Amino acid sequence: MASPEIAVSIDQVVKRYGGFTALHGVSIDIREREFFTLLGPSGCGKTTLLRAIAGFEDVNEGRLLLKGVDITNLPPHKRPVNTVFQQYALFPHMTVFENVMFGLLRKNWIQSEAQRRVQDVLEMVQLSDFASRKPAQLSGGQQQRVALARALAPRPQVLLLDEPLSALDLKLRQAVRSELKALQRETGIAFIFVTHDQEEALTMSDRVCVMSNGRVQQIGSPKDVYEAPVNRFVADFVGETNLLEVTVNKIKDGLASVALPGGNAFECPAAAVVDPGVGHLSVRPERIKVTADGQGDLDAVVTGHTYLGTDIQLLVRLADDEVMSVRLQNSQTTEIPEQGAAVGLVLEAGAARLLAD
Amino acid sequence: MAAKIDLRRFPGFLGITLICLVVLYAPLIIVAVYSFNDSTSITNWGGATLNWYVDVFTGPESPKFQQAALNSLIIAVCAAGAATCIATAAAVAMTRAGRFRGKTLSFALINLPLMVPEVVTAVASLVFFSAIGFTNGLFTILIAHTVFCIPFAYLPISARMQSISDVYEQAAMDLYATPREAFTKVLLPLMMPGILSGSLLAFIISLDDFLITNFVKGAGVETLPTAIFGAVKQGIKPNIMAISTLMLGVSIVFVTLSWLVGRVGQNKQK
Repeated sequence: MASPEIAVSIDQVVKRYGGFTALHGVSIDIREREFFTLLGPSGCGKTTLLRAIAGFEDVNEGRLLLKGVDITNLPPHKRPVNTVFQQYALFPHMTVFENVMFGLLRKNWIQSEAQRRVQDVLEMVQLSDFASRKPAQLSGGQQQRVALARALAPRPQVLLLDEPLSALDLKLRQAVRSELKALQRETGIAFIFVTHDQEEALTMSDRVCVMSNGRVQQIGSPKDVYEAPVNRFVADFVGETNLLEVTVNKIKDGLASVALPGGNAFECPAAAVVDPGVGHLSVRPERIKVTADGQGDLDAVVTGHTYLGTDIQLLVRLADDEVMSVRLQNSQTTEIPEQGAAVGLVLEAGAARLLAD
Repeated sequence: MAAKIDLRRFPGFLGITLICLVVLYAPLIIVAVYSFNDSTSITNWGGATLNWYVDVFTGPESPKFQQAALNSLIIAVCAAGAATCIATAAAVAMTRAGRFRGKTLSFALINLPLMVPEVVTAVASLVFFSAIGFTNGLFTILIAHTVFCIPFAYLPISARMQSISDVYEQAAMDLYATPREAFTKVLLPLMMPGILSGSLLAFIISLDDFLITNFVKGAGVETLPTAIFGAVKQGIKPNIMAISTLMLGVSIVFVTLSWLVGRVGQNKQK
């Protein structure tokens, strides 16, 4: 297969602030027409990387290529990318129309074409009726859409989004997710989306890049990073997981034989870089079945449950005092074990994965 | 907000407040009231009249005061304008240039004229102008006024500037604005309430300065405050009270405007 066209190529980028290194030689290729998410906790370097692509941060080493063109040393106003800022940064002294028009006028669009374009993008985000309002007269969700329209109007080659949903309330955030995704398909350009919310990342992205401490931990589809995390950080950060310390006996062809706490032997896939010895097993709580005491891979005692609506979270304690979380779907037939009950836990196929530290 | 202090329960609250109010405002009220006094005496009330105000504009001394008022106006407008430009540039540099060497020193230098005793500045200006061979006149007053107006213009502008996030300029540059366009199209309009407020304050400070003006003004050049002082030395006449009351009115209007403009901008930001 021919390699897909690359929209943005981040090549060995290093960014230092005094003695602190925010990006340690990060290399990422972002493809054309993809929804690419930079995911990580605050301080992991994801926003720094986005700002470096926009041109607000100089990089100390490495190169940034936009469709093959080196933009590393271009000032922000010469880079054909636009940004949706976290706090939107709509110009408060201009109307919605003037805000969206701003970029077009700077690029010397013909007045009539620019006006038509502004109307088109405002229609695209369903704000045509609000063109003459000032940003302060709009709700948070509407402001967010103006910011989107303003960034899309000049037809950027890549759209950068810096946690644009974080200021919205939960219900609205969920609605905007699907709108954003639809908009990305409609415009046909690459979206680079920064978030610390793993749910956002999983639901919207074509590919996710998990970052921590200025390094790329894993790049892959949402399914890859959730089901086949490469290390403890990714497993822990993306979704909820149980990390069990196990003895690794043998690894062959990516399959590991381990001894679970309690002594039972167990086989599961292993991340590429694991050595025999002591390792960590990541077990997703929703992939664990509860059965009678002594019948499962692990023996445990129920220490409590939490009602979560769609799910019920069971907290159990293993023989070696480790606490695990188990998620049971909340259906009428679900049997919830009593507190203090001894139960067996069955790890479903694909539930567990051996990870590098 | 439960622990608000009830000021009225402080011992002596009423007495202290009254003393302060009387000391601060009684003289102003007396001047304002007696400017309507239909008598040449400044202490005996002889009924109400507007004659002294008519006298200000048409009386024998009116050409002198009109020329002085015109001088004051020219100087205040020019000095406020120049000081505001300098203060705006300084405020942008102080809030946008990050940390630079001598930032604290720069801040101190900008605000120094507030701290230096005015008479020292006056003497220094006089010495300076004669040392470099400037003839005292309108121009020397203008320069001196510009200098001491800078901190007054700077304070509201810099306060305003601190509330403007630099993300607006970044958004502008992200949308292909050159740094110059980002400044003129985005930052400057956002700063405008602060700039207006600062310039009004500088204008009023320049308008009623006496001490420095009196030192650096040339022979025969008068501003309104120096003209009033000159007239008072020959005895206080009610027309002086009328002029003073007019100036008081202008000052109040400008300070109020400056405050209102600054406040309107603040509300818009939210």
